Amino acid sequence: MKNKDINKVPSLEVHNLAASYNRMPVLWDIDFQIPQGVLTGIVGPNGSGKTTLLRNIMGLMKADSGYVKIFGEDLNKVRERVSYVPQRESVDWTFPASVREVVEMGRYRNANLMRRLSKTDKEKVNIALEKVGMLEYANRQISQLSGGQQQRVFLARSLAQDADLYLMDEPFVGVDAATEEAILEVLSELRNEGKTVVIVHHDLQTAYQYFNWIILLNTRLVAAGPKEEVFLQENLREAYGGRLTILSKLSNLIAKSEFPVREKGFKETEGSGDGQS
Amino acid sequence: MTIEAWYIIITGALIAASTAILGSFLVLRKMAMLGDAISHAVLPGIVVAFLLSGERDSTLLLIGAAFSGLLASLLIELLHRKARLQEDASIGVSFTWLFAMGVLLISAYTGQVDLDQECVLYGEIAYVPLDLMAFGNTYLPRPLLVAALLFLIVLLYLLFSFKGLKLMSFNPDFAQSLGIRTQVWHFTFMAMVSLTTVLAFEIVGAILIVALLVVPAATAFLWTRALIPMIVLAVFIGVLSSFGGYGLASVLKGSIAGAMVSVAGLLFFSSLLIKLLTPKKN
Ligand SMILES: Nc1ncnc2c1ncn2[C@@H]1O[C@H](COP(=O)(O)OP(=O)(O)OP(=O)(O)O)[C@@H](O)[C@H]1O
Ligand SMILES: [Mg+2]
Repeated sequence: MKNKDINKVPSLEVHNLAASYNRMPVLWDIDFQIPQGVLTGIVGPNGSGKTTLLRNIMGLMKADSGYVKIFGEDLNKVRERVSYVPQRESVDWTFPASVREVVEMGRYRNANLMRRLSKTDKEKVNIALEKVGMLEYANRQISQLSGGQQQRVFLARSLAQDADLYLMDEPFVGVDAATEEAILEVLSELRNEGKTVVIVHHDLQTAYQYFNWIILLNTRLVAAGPKEEVFLQENLREAYGGRLTILSKLSNLIAKSEFPVREKGFKETEGSGDGQS
Repeated sequence: MTIEAWYIIITGALIAASTAILGSFLVLRKMAMLGDAISHAVLPGIVVAFLLSGERDSTLLLIGAAFSGLLASLLIELLHRKARLQEDASIGVSFTWLFAMGVLLISAYTGQVDLDQECVLYGEIAYVPLDLMAFGNTYLPRPLLVAALLFLIVLLYLLFSFKGLKLMSFNPDFAQSLGIRTQVWHFTFMAMVSLTTVLAFEIVGAILIVALLVVPAATAFLWTRALIPMIVLAVFIGVLSSFGGYGLASVLKGSIAGAMVSVAGLLFFSSLLIKLLTPKKN
């Protein structure tokens, strides 16, 4: 991000992507771009393909068609600038490892996998633990963490990667309000540093508050862009079908859309979100 | 105890320690059945190599067996990934088929080869002291030396691959997202399991290997939620089973390999019982 021109390259471009499981299409016609330095939400109902989209972006499954560019390059060229946080339930938390060991995995690379971590690596791990308020739990076994603490550990591992683009699958699931704010604060901080954060999120109401860029998904891409342009009745109806209760709640929300959007205002709860979840 | 007894116990302990190390990761990766599959799938490789070379202690035998072990894990991957068969079904199809071919080959050629089903299935640890190799003017059992070499290889592998194995076992998707070649790691690991299985095969037979891979690791997992202590404990339990097994077998005048696994099983169930009966402090 040394000059303005680089800033103009989209952080993430997805072109014509289609993907399927056992020949059952679960994503098609996905085409969007995300600029740099935005906090983006990927929003859609259960089973709409949000996790599948992230897995395709990270090359964890083979797409049927289409391609992905990250900072204008193929993923393999920019891997070290990308951090991926899988859904919390995708790993077994009874695994015998400490919090620190898991966060250290954020510093693992092909080049250092057979060697010890360097001092700088260890410092970055400490900083990441500190940022999510898990430093005092560093030596605890991950099997003894609450759901919210598990999310913090995953967030810390991601921060330790020191990336420019963060892709996170449902980091707010299973956390209490305090942890949610603490996590959001960390994410906003990243955004303010010019980094791009892409979050899979299923709660429509908070999505509107939290993000400034939204990708609305339901197997197809319904809409993508600045949230004001995406959060329209017709888009939401298309994504969520006739679930009127949700829609009427949302139209209230949009009607009040002048309400101050909390973007940097989370400092006020600093410190309160840590620990005893 | 006689020197022969020590030979048997130490050989058993070295094998059990090696399988305990690799088995820890099999258990953590929830691939215990893959260990079972490989231990059965090596059979046709051993038989074919035996038919070709006509001798028992040839490196060809090892290579043949390791090769069919790898073939099995490749076949399983192929069925699972490409044919999209469920993983357990892929395992079930691959190893029973390979094992059946091995059984067929043995029974078809029993007249020609000195490789009976008994020792293939149950091993022959009791004969360890009889198979001597000369070192100048000292004689040491060949299986003991092979087991020592195996343990050394497994230990070195663990030392160099510890971080990789930990990462791959905990979160393979994340490993892949870091650009780490998870397939290479997977097959290296499978190759190690195959190699170990092949060497252990001679000593405890096809059926009991899976127990040595899984039981000490599973027992250790009951006691600790830290990786290094878990591996150390698993190794300790493996070694203990070798001692206990020899003792039990000489009291009952029964199969040593069977006694080893019985002791390991006993340790597992008593651990479980203790865990269930002691109230959790939380
Ligand atoms: N491993 C799989 N095998 C077969 N089908 C799958 C698999 N994973 C997901 N699917 C199907 O693909 C579709 C999209 O799933 P995906 O997990 O991407 O949805 P999602 O938007 O992340 O849902 P959620 O909000 O529940 O996490 C769903 O219909 C699901 O049933
Ligand atoms: Mg999902």
